[in-house]
Amino acid sequence: MTKMLELKNVNTFYGNIQALYDVSLHIDHSEIITLIGANGAGKSTTLMTICGMLTPRTGDVIYENESIRGQSADKVVASGISQVPEGRLIFPELTIKENLDMGAFLRTDKAGIARDMEYCFDLFPILAERRNQQGGNLSGGEQQMLAIARALMARPRLLLLDEPSMGLAPLVVRQIFEIIKKINKESGTTIFLVEQNANLALKIGHRGYVMENGKIVLTDSCETLLANEDVKRAYLGL
Amino acid sequence: MEYFLEILFGGLTRGSIYALIALGYTMVYGIIELINFAHGEIYMIGAFTGLIIAGVLGAAGFPAAAIFVLAILGAVLYSAAYGYTIEKIAYKPLRGAQRLSPLISAIGMSIFLQNYVMLAQTSDFLPFPSLIPEFKVPWIGHIISSSELIIVVVTILVCIGLTLFIKFTRLGKAMRATAQNRKMAMLVGINVNTVISATFVVGSSLAAVGGVLIASHIGQINYYIGFIAGIKAFTAAVLGGIGSVPGAMLGALILGQTEAFATGYVSSDYEDVFAFALLVLILIFRPAGIMGKEPVQKV
Ligand SMILES: Nc1ncnc2c1ncn2[C@@H]1O[C@H](COP(=O)(O)OP(=O)(O)O)[C@@H](O)[C@H]1O
Ligand SMILES: [Mg+2]
Repeated sequence: MTKMLELKNVNTFYGNIQALYDVSLHIDHSEIITLIGANGAGKSTTLMTICGMLTPRTGDVIYENESIRGQSADKVVASGISQVPEGRLIFPELTIKENLDMGAFLRTDKAGIARDMEYCFDLFPILAERRNQQGGNLSGGEQQMLAIARALMARPRLLLLDEPSMGLAPLVVRQIFEIIKKINKESGTTIFLVEQNANLALKIGHRGYVMENGKIVLTDSCETLLANEDVKRAYLGL
Repeated sequence: MEYFLEILFGGLTRGSIYALIALGYTMVYGIIELINFAHGEIYMIGAFTGLIIAGVLGAAGFPAAAIFVLAILGAVLYSAAYGYTIEKIAYKPLRGAQRLSPLISAIGMSIFLQNYVMLAQTSDFLPFPSLIPEFKVPWIGHIISSSELIIVVVTILVCIGLTLFIKFTRLGKAMRATAQNRKMAMLVGINVNTVISATFVVGSSLAAVGGVLIASHIGQINYYIGFIAGIKAFTAAVLGGIGSVPGAMLGALILGQTEAFATGYVSSDYEDVFAFALLVLILIFRPAGIMGKEPVQKV
């Protein structure tokens, strides 16, 4: 496996407030990598730094052997990185179909877009049924599905997911995690999964990172992390 | 009956002008939540541009219809350039600042543009030639003049065109997405700076169309016309629900009719009283305006 994305000693600030301290991590092609940590640890900040929404004050973000540090968000999306953000951020007054169209905003291959939309509708049949309804009328679980499908419409090579389980019933969460695995298996899409639900995330991930107060404090294979006493105590409630 | 229809068409004409200006207020507000106080001045600059172009082309002996079309086109281009530049100079540097800062900048821009035009042109009223082609309107010619008819028809076409643009074009969809969630719009790869600039350009263009039409209809302009028209159009936008495009159209229609009927059946002294009383009533019973969304309580 080869490196797809690497964060090198990244320090990200909000104004004068530092949120990430010397964060280094890497993601290999076709992996599912999980990042777990408590609320406020800096997980979303890490994703926003990758996406070009935030520029690290020092350190570098390397994607496919090139620095993308300081690139604007649209350039990053165009290069194959899509995010399913925390809270889903559905466009509430656009229909489901229009939400999916927005996911493909930078693409011009009409036939490919139509094919990918069919793929998304196969993945989430409920979205196909309700394609002409407004996004804001969907339930939380359906919105999460729409957010994932919208990100897939950009045809990403790296898919970033920010707490997809947040606020959803256990059954729906399991369904969504199955789909995430399926996306990784079927199309080889690399996945960076950020979660507070550490138990599930560590079960589907290959490797994991643990973040506390803006720092990476632990990294290992997910199996090993699941068995780690500190992780068990802090994140698995055991 | 005839008197009633006359008032109705008068209200429609007023409403049309308010709509052309109100759309710019509401579109800009929808995208960046800023009340662009300088928008009325864009309308005024459109009218002045139309006057200058009409003067030059008239002297050069152009036919009336050509002057009318070219005056509007020129005003659109010039006002659009102003709108674009104002956003870059006065608002963009303040993005991310406290909410009040761009608002104060907008008021400053408005005062600056008024004074700039007053100094560069004149503080007196200038006569504006009647550019709108005159003809006898069939069937209803005794209740509506050709210029009123053209103002209403042009406005309806503009509203239809704008609605289709927002609904179906790539840029229109990007505008809607940006208005609904700017962060997510960036995350799908929309260049939000381009969308904001485009919004100012479109809004300013519509105001310029309104500027030339109303100046030609009324027959005189000065540097201050943008202030009054701006306040009325802003009222229409708030009435309809600021941020909502169909809301601005509806708000303008209602405001125009309210004023026309207040003038026609009560007294022209009460035109503003009725207009603002209506606004107050709407804001009491529907604070977000007729078609506006109630603000969502975020947890
Ligand atoms: N827009 C912001 N402005 C200032 N501080 C922020 C902002 N967003 C997040 N933070 C701070 O950065 C830290 C990390 O936040 P975040 O990345 O959202 O954590 P997580 O996603 O792990 O819950 C927190 O202390 C949070 O308060
Ligand atoms: Mg977060």
